[in-house]
Amino acid sequence: MSADSGWTRSRWLSWHSLAVFAFLYLPIVTLIVYSFNGTGVGGFPPRDLTLNWYRQLFADGAIWTSVANSIVVALAAMVISLAIGIPAALALDRGHFPGKALFRRLVLLPLILPGIITGLSLLMLFRQVGLRLSLLTIILGHGTALISVATAEVFAGLQKLERAQEEASLDLGANYWQTFWRVTIPNLRLSIIGAALLIFTLSLDEIAVSFFLIGRDNTLPLEIWGRLRRGITPEINAISTIIFLFSLFAIVAWYRLRVAAQGKAEIGTELAEAAATTG
Amino acid sequence: MFSRSYRAAITLPPLLWVTVFLLVPYAIVFFYSFWSVSPGQAIVHSWTLNNYCELLRVGVYLQTLFRSMWIAARVMILSLLLGYPLAYHLSFHAGKRKELFYQLVIIPLWVSYLVRAYAWKTILGSDGVLNTLLQYVHLTSHPWNFLLYSPFAVVLTLTHIYTPFAFLPIYASLEHIPRDLVEASNDLGAPPLQTFWRVILPLSIPGVVAGATFAFVLSLGDFLAPLLLGGPSGIMISNIVVSLFGAAYNWPLGAAISFCMLLLVVGLLFLSERLERKWAFR
Repeated sequence: MSADSGWTRSRWLSWHSLAVFAFLYLPIVTLIVYSFNGTGVGGFPPRDLTLNWYRQLFADGAIWTSVANSIVVALAAMVISLAIGIPAALALDRGHFPGKALFRRLVLLPLILPGIITGLSLLMLFRQVGLRLSLLTIILGHGTALISVATAEVFAGLQKLERAQEEASLDLGANYWQTFWRVTIPNLRLSIIGAALLIFTLSLDEIAVSFFLIGRDNTLPLEIWGRLRRGITPEINAISTIIFLFSLFAIVAWYRLRVAAQGKAEIGTELAEAAATTG
Repeated sequence: MFSRSYRAAITLPPLLWVTVFLLVPYAIVFFYSFWSVSPGQAIVHSWTLNNYCELLRVGVYLQTLFRSMWIAARVMILSLLLGYPLAYHLSFHAGKRKELFYQLVIIPLWVSYLVRAYAWKTILGSDGVLNTLLQYVHLTSHPWNFLLYSPFAVVLTLTHIYTPFAFLPIYASLEHIPRDLVEASNDLGAPPLQTFWRVILPLSIPGVVAGATFAFVLSLGDFLAPLLLGGPSGIMISNIVVSLFGAAYNWPLGAAISFCMLLLVVGLLFLSERLERKWAFR
């Protein structure tokens, strides 16, 4: 088909795509390059290449404390959003109950809702019930916001699941509990691992919800945020580079899992469904 | 095939969680918006419409809301202009490299918001990468101070962040277009441009609507990019909410703005759903 489409048109399209990719990646490349720059975060051309900022970073106790906090938060948020998101996906797939359409919209809403609303409304809830802000409140916030991701991912996996297998298991005398653990969950394995990976990465990077639910202990993005307001050094480029490399690894792994689970990693469809669900 | 107890077991825990952590908090925002703050900074739990009156009476709230919508509209249009041709190119002309290119778009989608916003700050600053580059090649002798701390910086950064969001649903809708329709149009002698306008574009409208909704709604509620890159002229509505919940300490007024934003977002989602259904071809 591309043979009959005009030569100039596809050439124009290629240039456009190249420009968009440059726009998406140049800032990230710049960030990485300047993490090795001896003379600060600006200044062209980069000069005095050095590893000093990384040395400074590895000796920076406050950063690593916040990294540890972020990992605890991400793991706990992952457990919550999977524990609620997997049954939520099952309920959307096979449950019949009044208000199902509303339930579906509510579960998926945080995916499209600006983080400030999720963060603020939870802040008001915690204040109403007298819960002090701490890592726990951030965990509850991330867990709640990311149920949407777990639900969307697992629901997509369920669409590929052969229901006959579950039926066979029930016919052969296994109860629902056994069928759930031995048939349903193993079949959804790849979707669940993929969702877990994505939730972990998103929680690690999350800042808008955490901004409102932070207690005395900082997560990594909030630690960086605090420093940004005081002035910037390439040490922030160095930690950003590490965050980027970690995210890159996690996302590519998630993508591979997604392709393995479903043949195609078309995440746009569910995102679109989240935006406008028909219920 | 599924028993009632099984259905209850998969339905009740998520239903309960969603009620406690989403529905109840939204209700609290709603109630708070009718309360007020006493001079001694205590929350007064008696009902009043004063907060909503204040939003209409004091010009700065509506002005900032309109500025935020204007910024969000620009981000939306730019994201579509960048995202649509890219999605079209990938879907119809990328050949074997489709998979790789697709991954290259979704990587920035999930990579830290903060890292990317920070990158733009280091590029746009008066002694940032771009200004020193311009001076290095003698395009200018003085740094361009208007780049950072301006609505321009906010629009640029948010466009960078939300272009992949706009791209995804468009790409998905293009991928779902049956290729025989396109071939039929070509076989019947339509020039490529006509095939695009009459066949491909109309069939991809649901994706465009979804992508536009993402870009508009998410940038409308953003408060971190304006704080980091916006300066005084780039303040958005969420920044006012943040200050009302912080230093300005007026939670009820902040709640009133938040509730209006929630209504606006839900209204836009509803509208986009109607539009998508109207244009859906299945």
